[in-house]
Amino acid sequence: MPWVPRGLAEGIVTTRYPRRPDGYGDGFHGTIVASPAQPVDAAGSLPAEVGEAARACPTGAITLEPGRPRLDRGRCILCGRCTQLAPATFRFDPSFETATVLRRGLVVPPLDEDDAVLDAARAELRHRVRALRRSVHVRHVDAGSDGSEEWEVAALTNPVYDVHRLGVFFTASPKHADLLLVTGAGSAAMLPSLRHTYDVMPHPKAVIAAGVDAVSGGLVGSTYATRGGVGEVVPVDVVVPGSPPSPFGLLYAILLGIGLLGAPTKRREEGGAAHRPASAEDPPPEAGR
Amino acid sequence: MTGNPPFAVCPADDLASAVAGRVEKGARFCGLFARPDGSGLRLMAVVSCHGTLAAEEAILPPGQRRYRSLTPEIPAAGWYERELHDLFGIEPEGHPRLDPLVLPRGPGTEAPCPGSGRTVAPIEPDLRPLPAHVRGEGVFTIPYGPVRSGVFESVEYLVETTGEDIPHLRTRVFYKHRGLQARAVGLDTGDGALLAERMEGVASVAHAIAYATAVERVAGVAVPEAAQLVRVVHAELERIANHLDTMVRHTEGAGQAVAYACLSHHKERVQRLRAQLCGSRFGRGVVVPGGVAGPLRLDADRFRESLRTLAQAIDKDTRRLMGTPSFVDRLRGTGVLSHDDARRFAVVGPVGRASGLDEDVRLSRPYSAYGHLGHRPTAPVEGGDALARQTVRLAEIGGSFHLVRQAVDLLDGRSGPEVWRAPVEGASGPGLGWAETPQGETLVLVELVEGRLVRWHDRSAGFQNLAAFAAAFPKDILTDFAFIEASFGISVAGVAS
Repeated sequence: MPWVPRGLAEGIVTTRYPRRPDGYGDGFHGTIVASPAQPVDAAGSLPAEVGEAARACPTGAITLEPGRPRLDRGRCILCGRCTQLAPATFRFDPSFETATVLRRGLVVPPLDEDDAVLDAARAELRHRVRALRRSVHVRHVDAGSDGSEEWEVAALTNPVYDVHRLGVFFTASPKHADLLLVTGAGSAAMLPSLRHTYDVMPHPKAVIAAGVDAVSGGLVGSTYATRGGVGEVVPVDVVVPGSPPSPFGLLYAILLGIGLLGAPTKRREEGGAAHRPASAEDPPPEAGR
Repeated sequence: MTGNPPFAVCPADDLASAVAGRVEKGARFCGLFARPDGSGLRLMAVVSCHGTLAAEEAILPPGQRRYRSLTPEIPAAGWYERELHDLFGIEPEGHPRLDPLVLPRGPGTEAPCPGSGRTVAPIEPDLRPLPAHVRGEGVFTIPYGPVRSGVFESVEYLVETTGEDIPHLRTRVFYKHRGLQARAVGLDTGDGALLAERMEGVASVAHAIAYATAVERVAGVAVPEAAQLVRVVHAELERIANHLDTMVRHTEGAGQAVAYACLSHHKERVQRLRAQLCGSRFGRGVVVPGGVAGPLRLDADRFRESLRTLAQAIDKDTRRLMGTPSFVDRLRGTGVLSHDDARRFAVVGPVGRASGLDEDVRLSRPYSAYGHLGHRPTAPVEGGDALARQTVRLAEIGGSFHLVRQAVDLLDGRSGPEVWRAPVEGASGPGLGWAETPQGETLVLVELVEGRLVRWHDRSAGFQNLAAFAAAFPKDILTDFAFIEASFGISVAGVAS
């Protein structure tokens, strides 16, 4: 039986995340960070290159406000055009802890008034799913994805991410499911099935919109056949940016969705995505360790 | 660089016989496309013969919606005519079964006609069930999907069965239709590449290459050599990842837990290597019309070292897998697609090659740097079963590593500042592009007016192959389903687009 020794010979390849920080090295395009731009005059006008970057954005994710540009990660497909046109303002960052609890939380840098709203939403979610913490079953539904999202979701069961160690399992039946993980831009023909899946899931339940397609439609947007994301059909609790989101990004979102992360804390730097590295939170129990 | 194929124009009702004549002489049917022309419609049938493409065009004048169907003579045209019926509302007379394919419009709903300049309101799909195909005592229909059991793309298979055998199977892909052909209209060539990457996300690089070559043909520019090599590197790594993915699904289906862990780990390593080269695990943003965004972002020596260890590890584990009888027995004799059926449906890619069709557009119509690189000869595979498809993919993984290594060496040996892209802005006209995606040949029609897309239609390999999917079932039972599906390696996103 050659497979057993083969499996043992590999040693442990599984990430320690979220107990220990992990991820990709420099150069991985996890997200884009927008820094405050130096205004060119007293009225707070932004440098011309920032305006150019906003116009070049294929999904219109950049808005210009006096003194600063804001980037909507719920639309950003990480094409990197803005990082080329205005490198002083926009840059790629390897961070993947970018999921959050409200659509408006994806717009960075965050507004001060958003903090309280986000904290309240996070607290409500934690309270609602408090019974799930140690065993969570996830039902995935594709509502018009490009196919890459499914690869990244499926990667969560490979030995590197191995979500089983965290008590997270994918289930075939929505009646066993606690979390609904939705991908895709909301293709009209899938929406009735998506809603039906959500309806038959038992309480308590939470919904994750995984990837910009599910959050806003992404580059596909609203066509005659898509509805610009899935938010109109199911109540979304966690929004995950990325096109597609990386497996680490999805793992972070699942932990957020089951209330294991995201106690209110002080905001961290301009990205404002992760309030604190996941490792600093109460770590979930890891079976067998 | 070859130019566009000569477009021969004939009356709409003669299109079927014109194309059938070419197919009888040995040409392979590659696709049927439509592009609005004024208020009429041009139908373009593309065939491939001895390494060149040829197109037959027919004009449907304004008001004419009917033409003689190609499908009775060319079964491979069946799905194309259903798609054109859904999207343009034209009626192929004599089509054997004109069920909706990508867009089930209810009665009275107007067709979206992408490229006609019309704005289309949201369309509510008509989701009523279809009447059964097979009738008889004890025959019933099992719908699989659209929500699948597990992490899969949405699709519905209607299995008409008496209990174990699968005498008939229908595939309904429209659940994932996103209206991409309409979305593309008005985009500039750069944004078009981003959309092409999202047409079939697991083959982002190859679709972007096919799209870019079409734009480059319209613009009449040559892609810088170094950029062509970079394209090959990314496209071949994408092929390795996709072929590993089908094997991961096979091992999962066969309950080979350790093999599943090993192979899915290898796939993850390939994805991470791709991210090291460009920042994206799917090679997104690499291909731009005219060239590539920039060089490989990994030092050549480190890259070669990664390739070496990865190729060795994959080779060892796949040999072990093919020596595991409980695995191989699940694939042997499962889902046989006969040579005749494969030819009838003009099946492409590894699925076609496992049924004795010898077509790989990297060799027959070389693009990017494929014409200058040495290809590892592959032994012909016969049998047409899931095992044959697996064997073909295994050989291709080795071939892909071979191509990547050559491209890296050539890039490493170049000196001096490189030009990574040629200007394509402002081009006008129609053009065809192609690429060998991991799933087989993809064919892209673009039409530009002053650098903006007025028409974009990317026909994925899956679209061509899924029509033949039902032909692989007659000898199999329900428990074989997962293996046959995985061995076809089809991404529904690209089929329904």
